[in-house]
Amino acid sequence: MKYRTLTGLLLAGSLLGGTAAMAATTTITIESWRNDDLTVWQQKIIPAFEKSHPDIKVVFAPSAPTEYNAALNSKLEAGTAGDLITCRPFDASLALFQKGQLADLSSMKEMANFSDVAKAAWQTDDGKHTFCVPMASVIHGFIYNKDAFTKLGITPPKTVDEFYADLDKIKKDGTYVPLAMGTHDQWEAATMGYENIGPDYWKGEEGRKAIIAGTQKLTDPQWVEPFKQLAKWAPYMGDGFKAQTYPDSQNMFTLGRAAIYPAGSWEISGFEKQANFKMGAFPAPVPKAGDTCYISDQPDHAMGLNAASKHKQAAMTFLEWVGSTEFAQIYGNSLPGFFPLINKPVKIDDPLANEMLGWRKDCKSTMRYTYQILSRGTPNLENALWAASANVINGTQTPEAAAASLQKDLAAWYKPQQH
Amino acid sequence: MAEPTPERRPVRWHIAVFLAPAVIVYTLVMILPLAGTLDLALYRTVDKAQHFVGIANFSKLFGDPNWSGHFWNALGNNFWFFIVNMAVQNPIGIALAALLSSPRLRMKTFYRTAIFIPTILSFVIVGFVWKLILSPLWGIAPDLLKMVGLRHWFAPWLGDPHYALTTVALISVWQFVGIPMMLIYAALLSIPDEVIEAAEMDGVTGMSQFWKIKLPLILPSIGIISILTFVGNFNAFDLIYVAQGALAGPDYSTDILGTFLYRTFFGFQLQLGDPNMGATIATAMFGIILVGVCIYLFGIQRRLRRYQF
Repeated sequence: MKYRTLTGLLLAGSLLGGTAAMAATTTITIESWRNDDLTVWQQKIIPAFEKSHPDIKVVFAPSAPTEYNAALNSKLEAGTAGDLITCRPFDASLALFQKGQLADLSSMKEMANFSDVAKAAWQTDDGKHTFCVPMASVIHGFIYNKDAFTKLGITPPKTVDEFYADLDKIKKDGTYVPLAMGTHDQWEAATMGYENIGPDYWKGEEGRKAIIAGTQKLTDPQWVEPFKQLAKWAPYMGDGFKAQTYPDSQNMFTLGRAAIYPAGSWEISGFEKQANFKMGAFPAPVPKAGDTCYISDQPDHAMGLNAASKHKQAAMTFLEWVGSTEFAQIYGNSLPGFFPLINKPVKIDDPLANEMLGWRKDCKSTMRYTYQILSRGTPNLENALWAASANVINGTQTPEAAAASLQKDLAAWYKPQQH
Repeated sequence: MAEPTPERRPVRWHIAVFLAPAVIVYTLVMILPLAGTLDLALYRTVDKAQHFVGIANFSKLFGDPNWSGHFWNALGNNFWFFIVNMAVQNPIGIALAALLSSPRLRMKTFYRTAIFIPTILSFVIVGFVWKLILSPLWGIAPDLLKMVGLRHWFAPWLGDPHYALTTVALISVWQFVGIPMMLIYAALLSIPDEVIEAAEMDGVTGMSQFWKIKLPLILPSIGIISILTFVGNFNAFDLIYVAQGALAGPDYSTDILGTFLYRTFFGFQLQLGDPNMGATIATAMFGIILVGVCIYLFGIQRRLRRYQF
């Protein structure tokens, strides 16, 4: 009996000791799907924060990207989720906010550091409530093999005509496959094809908002023209491009077999490790010389506050830091290709990433038009766009038919398009 | 001898006791989830609450062209997938078994093992390896065809809406041909030597011996293989998912009921999951498989003659 009392006392003592230590420093946990970035967080980002905030300890606890949404949902329902939640753009996070699982952050003064386009991905449809602090976006464009361009004596194209002139030269020379892209996985045709070059035709935000408002239709010429351009790409793609997968295209380019890669900026760090030639980038070529250029500057991730967090104060301190220029500087340089969304100047050291970031100055930013509101119904517009874009490049559907089928799918459930 | 007095037979508890483990486990892992799925199909989520809607989900699945188009496309593809498996895999399996049971064949065990090995490989490996073999960039298929002067026959099969489904079905055949082979091989071995000897005495040898004596004796096994192929193919999902992705491209040409169910139930990319409609599709799949199995059981199995040796 005595023994047991003693053990009990010892146990209680150790528990008390534990709590005392806890009170001195608060530990906050971050939920994320970016498990690729674990070392960057542990070695660069968290130490930078903890240096100025010694009383807060931060734990970055990522899960696999494909499991993140499901895992996060069940953790939030069970009340075991971390204090800070990395937010997917648009509907997935909006649903969490509507369920009351993400706190409303509209009143944070750091929100003034972000443009409306940057915040749109983490706002209610009316834009009144913002629930995540924007962290990073990815920019679309084309990455090219500089050595190949020098060898063939061509320069990065500014207009669509120059683009095809370059492609013709590369094809005639025969050393390189002009365009490293395949249609097997479908999403590249939509994401790196249609939504990459499209904003130049539908004038970025103007066209995107008009589709949401119902004042333009997907069968209007500015929405059909990008499909017509895609149809012209097929002859410049590799032999058997219909069965070429996304990793195939990446390898084709980094092995130096292809000259131009329709890209997203997230490729930068991988490409720089793999390729042993110089790389450059150019934004989607404009239809006519002198046209305003538009770039797809897709909001990718943000950070929100778990409404049920037990350490709200410490978590808010961290969120305020995430909204600062200091964080943007560290984040943008640790993960080249993921660009800070802050509207203050940030210096990126990686030359290729810096080149892409520079487009924000000359071109107008927009995002993939399927992401906000329009992919909520059945049939799903994003899935339909994948299939349609791949069909157009494969030549199994005409640009007009592809646009008509998308319009029909959208109008099937989206009220503003039903008149 | 006096008649034993009609005593009440003791309750035979041991029957219940011996059945219990199987019944309990089967109920827990099969019957309850199945009932749960059927139940889920009758509800719809409105404002985060489940509302009973009767068969409204089914009328949506079959009546709304946005749903029914995908459903009939998937069902049609499923039938083609099954037909290819049935028409290619099983005859080849039977032929291989017949060859293996030939007494003059050497290295029997080696062939048997080699042909059976793909069956135990993971779908992920099979899908990945075949994608590589057929790749127009790094695959060995174009080079092999070139060696025999048929390079122009090569096409990006997995990316062409006309060939993709057949290609995936043939990959599935390659993977699973070992199963009918093993089952038929076992059936062929169980034919008693007396029957074969009697046939030889009557002058039935060679091919006609196979057609007239052996084939009728292995028909019940062929029946079982057919029904296994049917159930397996209508529940198929993994190979398509690995080789073609959840969107089952190009242009939904390889979309089967399994991938359609997956996209609907769990969601895909920007499409959020819809468990109720997913359960509705699962119920429809259950119905289709049930009908198929019933046709087999009542229409075919009962007419099969069995021979007792």
